[in-house]
This record gives sequence, structure tokens and C-alpha cells, in this order.
Amino acid sequence: MHEISIANSIIEIAEAKAREQNSGRIQVIRIRLGEFTTVVREALEFAFEVARRETLAESAQLEIEIVPMTVRCVTCGCVKDPVRSVCLICPRCGLPLEVVSGEELQVDYIEVESAS
Amino acid sequence: MERVSVQTNVLKANQEAAAENRRLFERAGTLVINIMSAPGAGKTTLLESTIRGLRDGYRLGVIEGDLQTDLDAQRIRALGVPSHQITTGTVCHLDARMVARALAEFPVQGLDLLVIENVGNLICPASYDLGESLRVVICSVAEGAEKPKKYPVMFHKADVVLLNKTDLAAASGVDLRELETNVREVNPKATVFAVSCKSGAGLDNWLAWLRGAIESCTTADVARR
Repeated sequence: MHEISIANSIIEIAEAKAREQNSGRIQVIRIRLGEFTTVVREALEFAFEVARRETLAESAQLEIEIVPMTVRCVTCGCVKDPVRSVCLICPRCGLPLEVVSGEELQVDYIEVESAS
Repeated sequence: MERVSVQTNVLKANQEAAAENRRLFERAGTLVINIMSAPGAGKTTLLESTIRGLRDGYRLGVIEGDLQTDLDAQRIRALGVPSHQITTGTVCHLDARMVARALAEFPVQGLDLLVIENVGNLICPASYDLGESLRVVICSVAEGAEKPKKYPVMFHKADVVLLNKTDLAAASGVDLRELETNVREVNPKATVFAVSCKSGAGLDNWLAWLRGAIESCTTADVARR
């Protein structure tokens, strides 16, 4: 259950950006979460509810964009869907597949009250 | 309402601390391995076997991560190797900042090999770079052949996978070849060793490989100077 640490990091990053902009409360935090990470969406949403208390993100909404896992073969370019069975060996040439997306864990943007 | 682009990795603070640890390890010429596994896969026992195999030729140190107790650090000290315990309380993984704090009290200068034994957990530790040179994942045969497929991120990020407790394969009804195939499907690049810390089978291969890694780390360090 490292989602608590992850939620705290998300809020630290969002607060730092909001302060840099001299803005007030954070209303939305948008993150990109890859399928091939160890973070569970529901657990993160729950952790965020707890972590946001007494921060600039106290009333912020957490929006999560799930990034699907995609792979490719560096040699033959073959892109199959080995994702469900998690087989990262190219079905055509037998070489290792490269993970192209799905490992994201990133704060994309925040929405803040306009600076007055 | 105003939208402000952030585009920042959530684990940025950890990655910066890990990069700092890595610079420190490289300056010291110390090979650092981060050992991860489920609880009970045999991390500490493997570490004891590794220490017995290497302590005459190399200067070793160990950082132990556990939720509670310093029992593991005591086991290591009993073998005459300096060890430092990080007690995480409720945190289910080590992060780079915890390691950095430990390094303030437990210097690596003069060590050929530092082993960091992570908290027993196949999920969370996978996300946290500690600044290590190599990630070693241990999977005991008795956990079942599907483990790598169930915890793909952990196995995918490993440099070395040790299949431990091979002496229990028959009793557990687990096909060692199937387990190894599953590791390779999730991580075709990993170096895989099948070992039994109990019987000693396969340990020589692992120790020879690790000696090679320590030697090349030291050589690189000498070349830099």
C-alpha cells in the first residue's frame, strides 16, 4: 500500500507548482497512470482523499488518465498484444519486446483559482 | 479557473535522491545490489550464503529494511559483517531518502559490495530506485510457477532473478522449467539462477557471477581514478 506515499508526492508536486504561480487553491490535479505500474487506481483515490487534508489541494479533484501498456519489437517492429499474458518476447522473432508506454506515473497539469 | 502544465514524474524526489546515492556509490567504487522478494522467499538466508562465499575476498556491508525488529541485521552481524537496520514502521518499501539517511551513519567507503535487503514485498519496492547498481529478485519455488506473471513489474525490472528453494520443487508440485519460462517471458533480459540455499545447489554459479560484477565495478573505479 505505497499509494499513500504516491498521493503525498502528487500533492507536494501540485502545491509547489501552485505556489510558483502564486495561485490559490488547487481545484483539479490531473495525473497520467500507466497500466504497467504497481499503483492501483482505487487505492490511490482513497489515499488522495486522506493526503489532501490541510493542503492547497484540500478540495481538489484527482483526475486519473490510464495509459495503456504498449510494446514493440526493436528488431522487426512487430506490435502484437502480448500484454494480457505479459509475455514480453516477440512472437515473430523471439527477441525481447520494448515497453513503449504503460510505465507513466506523472502529474500532467493542475487547475487553480486564477491569481487575483 | 486556470490550467497550469506540470509534466512532472510523481517519483521525481525519489529519483533525485537515488541519483545522489548512485554518485556516492560510484565514487566509492562499491557495487550495490538491491535484493527484493516476497516475505519468506529466503532473502536473508541467501544473503548469509553469499556472505560466507565472499567474505574472505571482499569487504562487505549490508543495509537491512524491515517494518519492525533488527533480527535480520543481527543475523548478518553474527557473520562478522557490518550491518545497519532501517526500520520503516508501516512503510512497505525502502525509498532512496531512507537509504541516504542510513548512509550518513553507515558509510560505504572501503566496501566492495553493499547489499540492501528491501522490505519483503513484490509490489511497492519495484517503483523505488535506491541508487543500486543491480536489482536482484528472489522467487522461491514454493511460491508457485505463476508468481512472475502475477507480479510482472517487479520481475520485469530485475537484472538478476534467483529461483530459490529448488530442493522444494517436487514437494511443492512446481515445475522449475515452467517457473523459469515465466520469468523469461516477463523479462527476457534477466540473468536467471536456480539455487537452493539449503542444499547449496547452484550457489557457485551465483557467487561466480557476483564476483565478476564486483570485479568489473572495482576495475571501472580504478580506471576513473
